[in-house]
Amino acid sequence: MSVVPGSMQDVYPPTTRPHERGRGIWGMWLFIGTEAMLFALLFFAYFYLMASRTQWPLEKDPSYSYALILLAILLTSSFVASWAERGIKEHGNLGRLNVGLGLTLLLGIAFLGVQYIEYQHKLKELLPTDHAYGSVFYTITSLHLAHVIVGMLMLTFVFARGLAGHFNKERHLAVKNAVLYWHFVDVVWIFIVSIIYLSPHFYGGN
Amino acid sequence: MAESATLHDRLTEIWSDPPNIYGKLATIDHKKIGKRYIVTAIAFLLIAGLEAVLMRIQLIGPNVDFLSAEAYNQIMTMHGTTMIFWYAAPILSGFANYLVPMLIGARDMAFPRLNAFTYWTFLFSGVLLYISPLLGSAPRGGWFAYVPFTNDFYSPTIGMDFFAFSLMLLTVSTTAGAINLIATIFRLRAPGMSVDRMPLFLWSTSTTQFVIVFSLPALTAALVLLELDRLWGFHFYDSGAAGDPLLWLQLFWFFGHPWVYIIFLPATGMISMVLPVFCRRPIVGYTWVALATVLTGLVGFGVWVHHMFTTGLPQVSMGFFSGASMTISIFTTIQVFAWVATIWTGRPVLKAPMLFALGFIILIVIGGLSGVMTAVIPFDWQLHDTYFVVGHIHFVLIGANVFPVFAALYYWLPKMTGRIMNERLARWNFGLMFTGMLVGFFTMHITGFLGMPRRIFTYSAASGWTVANFITTVGAGIFVIGVLIGIFNFFYSRKYGLPAGNNPWNADTLEWSSTSPPPIYGVERIPTVASRHPLWDEHKEEDDPENRRVLDDGKQTLATTGVDAHDGFVARMPGETVVPLVTGLALFGLCLALLFKLLWLALGFAVATAIAIAYWMWPKDKELIA
Ligand code: HEM
Repeated sequence: MSVVPGSMQDVYPPTTRPHERGRGIWGMWLFIGTEAMLFALLFFAYFYLMASRTQWPLEKDPSYSYALILLAILLTSSFVASWAERGIKEHGNLGRLNVGLGLTLLLGIAFLGVQYIEYQHKLKELLPTDHAYGSVFYTITSLHLAHVIVGMLMLTFVFARGLAGHFNKERHLAVKNAVLYWHFVDVVWIFIVSIIYLSPHFYGGN
Repeated sequence: MAESATLHDRLTEIWSDPPNIYGKLATIDHKKIGKRYIVTAIAFLLIAGLEAVLMRIQLIGPNVDFLSAEAYNQIMTMHGTTMIFWYAAPILSGFANYLVPMLIGARDMAFPRLNAFTYWTFLFSGVLLYISPLLGSAPRGGWFAYVPFTNDFYSPTIGMDFFAFSLMLLTVSTTAGAINLIATIFRLRAPGMSVDRMPLFLWSTSTTQFVIVFSLPALTAALVLLELDRLWGFHFYDSGAAGDPLLWLQLFWFFGHPWVYIIFLPATGMISMVLPVFCRRPIVGYTWVALATVLTGLVGFGVWVHHMFTTGLPQVSMGFFSGASMTISIFTTIQVFAWVATIWTGRPVLKAPMLFALGFIILIVIGGLSGVMTAVIPFDWQLHDTYFVVGHIHFVLIGANVFPVFAALYYWLPKMTGRIMNERLARWNFGLMFTGMLVGFFTMHITGFLGMPRRIFTYSAASGWTVANFITTVGAGIFVIGVLIGIFNFFYSRKYGLPAGNNPWNADTLEWSSTSPPPIYGVERIPTVASRHPLWDEHKEEDDPENRRVLDDGKQTLATTGVDAHDGFVARMPGETVVPLVTGLALFGLCLALLFKLLWLALGFAVATAIAIAYWMWPKDKELIA
C-alpha cells in the first residue's frame, strides 16, 4: 500500500509551474535579522556601560537638532521608496519606479551631507578616543552611516537595473529587497535617535 | 532504459563544470563544496591536534624544557581557537552542505554561489589566522581572549589582531552559510516532505542555523570593539576611561554559549540519523527529539552568564542563569533517552558508525554530568579554571563533536566515494580513540581535583601532579594514534574499499536512493515523499510517468511551500562562476589592509568587494531576472 503524499497536487504535479521568487526574500529577512541583532548588542553595550556610571553621557547631553533633521530625511526617503516600489508592484510602472528610486538616492545623499556637518560640530567637543561614551557614540552612529552607504549601494544597483528595464509587475524581487533593507536602515535610525540623542534629556542628564 | 540514459546525459551536460582548473575554481556544486569543507576542516583538526601534542609533550613531566611559557600560551590559544572555530563548526557545515540538498531531494542549495563564497571565506579566514604564527607572533589570549589581557597594553603583538580579523571573516562566512541553509531547508524540500517528515538532521541543522544568525553578531560586536580599542585608541574595555572589561565577557558569552550548541546540535542530528538505521527501526520519540532540539537552541541563549559565576553578579540573576543551564540538560537528556530506547527496542548491528554513536552516548553522559556539576554555583567556584574544566570541555567537545563526526564519516563517506570503509581499521580507530579518551581526558578531572590550574606551561615535582599528567599524555597519544588510523582508513578505503552500491546500510533517507557517488545533478527526477522514511515505505519516490518532475530546461530544481512542502515552483539555478572566489579574496584583502591600518588600501578593497557583488547580482541572462 502506498501512502498518498501531502496533496493530490504532489502526485499529479502541474505541467507548468511558475518561477520561484521566495528565496531572495528569505535571504534578505535573515540578513536583516542578523544585522538588527548587531545593533541590539551595541545598544546593549551602551546601556551596560551606562549602568556603572552616575552620569551618562559623561559630559554634555548630545544636541538632537541634526538627528531630527536626519530622521525627517530618512522617513521621507522611506515613503518615497515605498511609493516607487508600489509603482512597479501594483501598476508595473517602470518610470515611477525609476523616478522614485532616484529621489530616494538624492535623499540618501542629503543624509550623508547633514551627517557630515553634524560630525564636524560634534568632533569639536567629543572625540571617540576621549572615553567610553565617545567611543560608543561614534561607533553606533558611524556603523549606521556605513549601513546607509550599503543601502544606497543597493538602491543604486536596483536603480541601474530599473534603467536597464529589468523589472515588471511580476519580476521585481531586487526592488523589494533593496527597499526592505532601506526601511531597516531607517528603523535603526529611529532607535538611535530615541536612545542616544533623546533619552538622555529625559532621565535628567546634564 | 534508453530514455533514461539520454536523460542522464542531458542532465549531466547541464550541470557539469568545465573539466579544467577554471571549472574547479568556479564550481558551485554543493557536493564538491561540501567535500572541500570536510577536507579543510579535517586539515585544521590535524593542525590543532599537532599543537595539542606539543602541549602534552611539554606537560609530560615536571619542569620540562620543551616550550617556553610564551610559546605555550600561543600554541594553547591556537589549539583552542582552531578546534572550536575552524574545525568543530565547519566540519558540520561541510556535512550540511553535502547532505541537505540530497536529504530533501533538491539539486543544489538555495543560493549556490553564496555557498561557494561561504567556503572560500572559511578557507581564507583560516589562512589569515595562520599567517600570524608565520610572522612569529600568534594570538596568546586563549580562545575566549579576555580583556584586559588581550588589549594593546598587555598584548601589543600583532597576533591578537589576526585573531580578531580572521574571526570576523569567519563570522561573515558562517552567517552567509546559515542563511543559505535556512532558505534551502524551507524552500527546496521535495513535495510531500512536510516539516513533520523531515529527517532529524534537518531539524537540528535548521535550529542551529537560526542560532547562528542571532548569536554570531555578538562575536562580531565584541571583536569590532576590541579592534577599535586596540588599533584606534577607543575605550570600550578600558576601565580607566569609563569602559568596562566585563563588557567583553558579556558579549563574548552571549555568542559563546549558543556556539557550544552550534557545534553540538547538528552532531546529535547525525546520531539520530545513524542510530535508527543500525538498530533497524525508526527512532523512538521523533517528535520529542525534534522538540528538544528546537528548545535547546532557544534556551541556549539564556545560559551565557553561567561562564561568569566567579565574577560577582547579583544573586537573582545568578539563580536564573543557573536554572537555565540545568534546564538545558533536560532537553539533552530527552534525546539521550530516545537514543537508548531506540537501541533497546531495536536489533543493533555493531558496524563502525554504530560504534562511534555508542561511544558518543557514553561520553556525552559523562561530559553532561560534569557539566551539570559546573552549573551548580558553589561547585563552579571551587573548580573554576582548574583541569577539571579542561577535562569537561574535552569530554563535551570530543564526545559531542569528534565522535559523531567520525560516525558520520563512516556512515556517509561510502556515499561520497562509492566505497565502503575498512571495518578492521575502523575497530582499531574506535578502540584507540575511546581508550585514549578514558585514559587521558578522564584523568584530567582528577588532576583538577588535585588543584592543577589550567593554562600553566609547567609545574614542579612537589605539586604531586606528575603521575596524573603522565597518564594524560599517554592517553592523548593513544587518542591521536586512533585518529590517525581513522584518517589512514579513509584514504585506504577510498582506493581499495568494496563498492558501496546505492544503499549499503539499507538506510531510510533520500540521499541513499542515488548511485554512490551521486551524479553531478543529484536526482534524475525530483522525488515525492510520503512518510518519514522514504526508502522504507512503499511509495515510489521517483515515480513520474508523465515526466513532470524532470526539470531539464536549464539548471533547475523544484521549490515548495515552507511548512507542508506542496509542489509549486521552478527554482532556477545559476551557472558556475569565479565571482564568489574573487569576492572572498577582496574581503581577505580588506581584512589585511585594516589590520595594518592601511586605510586607502582598505577603501580600495571595499570598493572591489562592492563591484564584485554588483557583478555577481547582475542577471546574466533575461531568464534569471527574478
Ligand atoms: C588530540 C587530542 C587533544 C589533546 C591532546 C588536547 C589537549 C589540550 C591541552 C593540553 C590543552 C591546554 C590546557 C591548558 O593548558 O589549559 C587544551 C585546551 C583546549 N582544547 Fe584540546 N586537546 C585535544 C583535542 C581537542 C579538540 C578535538 C577540541 C575541540 C573540538 C579541543 C578544544 C580545546 C579547547 C577549547 C581548549 C582551551 C584552550 C584555552 O584554554 O583557550 N581540544 N587541549
